[in-house]
Order: sequence, then C-alpha cells, then structure tokens
Amino acid sequence: MLKIRVLPTLLFKEVGLVKGIGFRSDRPTGSALQAIKVYNRRDVDELVFFDVAASQVGRPPDFALIDDLADECFMPMTVGGGVRSVADIGDLLSVGADKVSINSAAISRPDLITEAADRFGVQCVVVAIDVRRAGDGWQVYSHCGTRATGLDPVSWAREVETRGAGEIILTSIDRDGTMSGYDVALSRAVADAVTIPVVASGGAGSYEDMVEVLRDGGASAVAAASIYHFTQQTPREAKEYLREQGFPVRL
Amino acid sequence: MRQVAIIDYRLCNIDSIRRAVELCGATVETARDPGAVRAAAKLVLPGVGSFRQAMANLREAGLVDAIRDAVGGGTPLLGICLGMQLLASRGSEGGTVEGLSLIPGSVERLDPRGSDERLPHMGWNAVDHDRGDPLLNSIDSGRDFYFVHSYHLRCERAESVLATTPYCGGFSSVVRNHRVWGTQFHPEKSQAVGMQLLRNFLTHA
Repeated sequence: MLKIRVLPTLLFKEVGLVKGIGFRSDRPTGSALQAIKVYNRRDVDELVFFDVAASQVGRPPDFALIDDLADECFMPMTVGGGVRSVADIGDLLSVGADKVSINSAAISRPDLITEAADRFGVQCVVVAIDVRRAGDGWQVYSHCGTRATGLDPVSWAREVETRGAGEIILTSIDRDGTMSGYDVALSRAVADAVTIPVVASGGAGSYEDMVEVLRDGGASAVAAASIYHFTQQTPREAKEYLREQGFPVRL
Repeated sequence: MRQVAIIDYRLCNIDSIRRAVELCGATVETARDPGAVRAAAKLVLPGVGSFRQAMANLREAGLVDAIRDAVGGGTPLLGICLGMQLLASRGSEGGTVEGLSLIPGSVERLDPRGSDERLPHMGWNAVDHDRGDPLLNSIDSGRDFYFVHSYHLRCERAESVLATTPYCGGFSSVVRNHRVWGTQFHPEKSQAVGMQLLRNFLTHA
C-alpha cells in the first residue's frame, strides 16, 4: 500500500532557515545543511525546500546552494523559489533536485508547466498553490503571498493537472505558521478536483491536525515546518501517531 | 568487481545515483559513448521522464546497440525507474516506440482502481517478493522503496518478475532476465534498504 508521506518544509532566506506566520518568514531557525543531516539520520520520507528570498525579490534560484545541499540529502527533495523558466528547472534537476516546484511563474505563464512536463516528465513538476480565504471561497496568491491573482484554487488546480503537473503543494497562507490546523476544506476541494497527489501545507500544530487533513481533506502527504522547528514533535512521532490512527506509513 | 559505469544519455541528473553507488564502495565512471558502455564491468541505466525521448537520446548517442552488445557479452546491468522501463520490448507512451528489448514486455500506463489511487504513483510503497534473488539479498519482502512514475513494465513472461508492488492492481517492481535487472523504484532515494540493493548489485550481480 502506498504510504502517507510526512514532509518537513525548510524555508531558506539569505543565509539560513526561517519560519514565520502568514508567509512573513523572518524568524531564524538554523542551518539548512544541519537540518538536512538531521533529517537524513531520521529517515524522513521526503523534503521540501523553498528559497523564499528568491521568490520575494525575483532573483533566480541559488544553484550552488542547492548543489551543496543535494550532495548531503539522501532523501527525495522538492526545490522551489525563484523558478522562472524551463532552463531554471533543468539546472535545478541537474544539481540534484528530484522535483521542482513552480508557483508565480506558472501563474504568469501557464505554458511553463506544459513545457517542463514535456521536457523533464510529469513526475518532477510540482506546482505550489498558495491560497487565502476570500469570503465564502478562496483566492490564489503569487509572489510569496503578496499578490492576489483572481484565480480560484480549485479551477487552477484542475488547469495545472491538465497542463502536466505531477503534484500540488497546497498551502493555506491564513494558517501558515499559526499551528492551528490545516485548512481541511481547502484540501478537500482541491483533492477532489484532481487525480494527482496533493500535499497539504500550512497550519500543522499537532499530529491530530495531520489526521484531519488526511482523513477529511483527501491529502496524500502532509507538509509542516513550525511544528518541527518550535515544538518537540518530529516526523517520526507523527508517523507513529498516524499508524495508530490506521494510516499506512513507513516506519 | 566494484567498478560501475552509469550510462549518461542526457535525460536526467545522474548525481544522486553516482553518490549512492560511491557510498556503496564502488568506483563510478560515466559512460556517454558506445566504447565506454562496451568496456564497462557493470552498467547502471538510470532515467526519468519520457520513454520516447530516452530511446531517441540513446539511439542518437549510438548506445542502443552498445548496451545490447555489452549485455549479450555478459555485462550485468541494472535499470532504474525509466531505465527499467527501457529494458522492455516497447513503450506505449505517445504511440508505440521500440525499447531495448532486453526483457520481453511492454510499458503501459498504470490503471487506477479507485479515486484514492492517484497518478503519478509517488512515494513509499512495499516491494513484495518470494523468489529469492541475489539482488534482493538481506531485504525482507514488504519493505518500502521510493517510487515516482505513471507507467509500468508488463512482462510477457512470469519468470521475469522478481517482485511486485500493490498499486493499481499490482505491478512488477523488480524484474530480471539473465544478468539484466530492473527496479521501478529509486534505490538511490530509498535510504538504507536502497543502499542494500545497490550493494547487492555490486557484490552479487
């Protein structure tokens, strides 16, 4: 049986890892390399690495940095932040990313998804969708949550799937860093609209939050950051808890 | 003999497989031309992406015949992910494409049996085996390996199938024909159990 994946998210800014609330990521949380080494030892399922500064200031990904991190990373790694072109994606894959996450560039030019999937295969093209609640529904935001796009996450998710995305990382900006639980309804709406895996992100504060978004939100994987940075909870314990609750996990 | 040539046909990054094989104690070289493939002691054929593009790249580099010749001469080969699928007689992604024809069978899209079987098949899943093979030495049946793919190799002969994985009705996750092996999962991304499989290939193949 395919296992539920429990993914730590590492947010990188300038010189080290950060984590904040509602995408204002400014609290330093340590060294990226050290974090990767720790997660290696703990046999983490997979890792998500976002260079938030690259997205914010519109600079390209730091390929040398990713190269160094990938050399130490013995688990599958998705890399995002500042990805603008097919060439950027190719360069990230060639320095050791297993999957590349695109966001703002896919919104401004959706053909990028198609071109990347044709060139490198569906399996390495991840589209990150960042969402805020808007009235009774939701709206997709780009550029690290700073620009409203007018897109509805459910229809955007359908479009990215049609264009060749192999996975969606779906983040609730409202819940990000709050540790108050995932936006389960958002996850459900998007997971029901597509047949590719959906990674729920934003809001995990307890293992029970993960249970909710897996059980009621239809997510295939749970990403989290604050819970691992700021509490004693670990991916390993999360999986032990999920197993007790009847979910298939790898331990 | 712990010398391995990883076939680089410019479709995917070979860094992670190189690092993993080196950690297993092997000396790794990169084979980009027919001469290097024919001279190799052992071959690893990695790959992600499109079957059609992969075969086109191999053909353009003159590697199709070189790989067949090397294998015909007894060189052990391990195909990984798309590299395993390329071992088949043919692929069906975007029209029929001839494969390396080292394992009789065809590559077909996985067929989900319900809404909870999403594609790509992405993540950790069990590799079940009961036949006993040097490649699977010291690896218990049912251990999880890391997969990411939407197609699978449907073998024509049951004896080609060494292990299966329970997804979309079950598919072949480890295959063998003489000294050619293939794994649908990524041993280089499967941590300790993946390293064990690579060591088995280096030691016993």
